[in-house]
Parts: sequence; structure tokens; C-alpha cells
Amino acid sequence: MTDPTSALAQAEGRGIVRDGLGVGLATGLYGTSFGAVSVAAGLSVLQTSALSLLMFTGASQFAFIGVAAAGGAPLSGAATALMLGTRNTLYGLKLAPLLGFRGWLRPAAAHLVIDESTAMSVTRDSPESARVGFLSTGLAVFAFWNLFTFVGAIAGNLIGDPRTYGLDAAVGGAFLALLWPRLSEPRNRVIAAVAAAVALGVVPVTAAGVPVLVAGGVALLAGVLTRGATDATEFPA
Amino acid sequence: MWWAILGAAAGCYLLKLAGLSIPAGVLQRPLVERIADLIPVALLAALVAVQVFARGTHLTLDARAAGLAVAVIALLLRAPFLVVVVAAALTAALLRLAT
Repeated sequence: MTDPTSALAQAEGRGIVRDGLGVGLATGLYGTSFGAVSVAAGLSVLQTSALSLLMFTGASQFAFIGVAAAGGAPLSGAATALMLGTRNTLYGLKLAPLLGFRGWLRPAAAHLVIDESTAMSVTRDSPESARVGFLSTGLAVFAFWNLFTFVGAIAGNLIGDPRTYGLDAAVGGAFLALLWPRLSEPRNRVIAAVAAAVALGVVPVTAAGVPVLVAGGVALLAGVLTRGATDATEFPA
Repeated sequence: MWWAILGAAAGCYLLKLAGLSIPAGVLQRPLVERIADLIPVALLAALVAVQVFARGTHLTLDARAAGLAVAVIALLLRAPFLVVVVAAALTAALLRLAT
């Protein structure tokens, strides 16, 4: 890319913040379903809000209350949540050199390492853009997710099914929009197709949330396999 | 229940912090670099698939699939992010209203 003028950079920054707020709102609204489902699973409003405030990673939270709803032990719910949480370690590995946070910023930023903030920053082409994308998305999701978790827990069934508003479809659309720019690379199209197929394949035999983690294994496997086949034709680099 | 909540929350936070704190040198290795590049692709693709085609431990084809199809069209037309997301939601909501 050519050197952007500062006006262009500012416009880009505003665009990134706007996108971050949009993802935050779309994801946060879905927190109503988490709040409602959690209360229905037998947790108190305080416990539900504590999960969103302190755990703050949606898939792990849903897994935790999913086990509780199915009558599982709280400890096995915790184990499932942790297993899904390893995803965020991988995100952190990817984010650390990109964001370059030092000192007190790092432990503070760590809490915001989630699917959405990662996706909205790893695609940026400069550290500044990556930081703006990470912080705006992370903080927006945190604010809206906690707000709507509380609203969902309080209102419970009164608020109705978020599916009525198509919010569940919005999340799928959002993830696809985030994936889209990366699909220009043929290798990534193969990985994406295999990962999606593997995830769907294990849906019937694993707990909610686990298929995504299994798909992460596809990335690991593909990374290792392509090393053995550097000049082979299967996975052109 | 509280111990499970607080313990799992602390563990999830430490997992996040560990990722950010591992020395940058680890990422200089080509294998780690390549895997780290592939992970978002695989996870986002899996998230799309699971969010759209799974309900609990069942695979289903419902209004969300129509929402995804409209999202694909919007993306092919180079629509901005929010338009894609709103179009997907609106499609699913209207389809459910109609059926």
C-alpha cells in the first residue's frame, strides 16, 4: 500500500471503530439469549452476570450453562468452558506481535481476547489499525454483551426468542463477513471448507461449542502437513 | 456453583493472558506462523457452519441458511459489513414471520 495521508488514516480509523461498534452491538444483542437461557438453566441473575463479566467468552459461557441445563456437574461445565477457552490462547499468540501491548495494558487487554476482537484486528494491515480494531470491538462487545446479558436474565422469557429477530442468523452472517476477505487465497478456501465440514461432522457427537475447537485442529494439521509438502502441489503456499 | 463459575472464569482469563504473554520469538518459527495464520480461517469457517446449520447437537436447515445465502450475495456485491449482517438477520426474521 502507498503511504496514506493522515486524513485517510483518520477516515480508516473511524471506519474500523464503526465496524467494531456494529459487531459489538450484533454480538451483544445475542447476550439476551445467553441471559435468558442461563436463568432458565437454573443460575441466578447474579451468577449469570458474573459469567459474562468475568469469563467473557461466549462459547465457553454457553458451554458452561449448557452442561448445567443438561444436569451436568458444575465442574464438568467448568472443564468444557476451559477447553473452549484454549481457543483464546491461540488468538493471543496471533495477536501479541500484532498489537504489541506492554506493561499494564497487556493484562487489561487479555480480558478482551475473544473471537470478535481477534477477527476484527488480525485482518488489519498496520499495528495502529489492529489496535483500534481490537479495542473498539473488544470494548463494544464487552459493554453490550454484559448489558444484554443482564437484560436477558431479568426479562427471561418475557423478552421472547431472539430468533424472532433473526439474531441467530446475524451472527452467522457476521462470521462469514469476517472470513470473506481471507477466502481470496485458494489455500484458505480449502482450509475453510474442510474446517466447516469437520465441524458439522462432529456436531452430533460432541457438546455445543466443541466442533469449533475440533476445526481448530484442522488448522494445526494443515500447518504441519504443508511443512512436509513444501513444493508439492496439494497446498500451494 | 459459584466456585465453578469463579474457577472457570479465572482459568479462561489465564488462557487469554498466556496467549498474549508468550514471547514473540515463538511466532518467528515458520510452522507456528503458518498455523497461526490458518487458525482464524478454520475457526471462522467452523463458526459460520455451526452457527447456521447446528441446533444443539443436531444439524438443521432453517431460516438461518437463507440468511447466510443472502449474506453471500451481499458480500459478492461488496456490501459493507453491517449491511451483510442486517440483511442476514432480516431475511431469517421475515422468513420465520412468513412461515
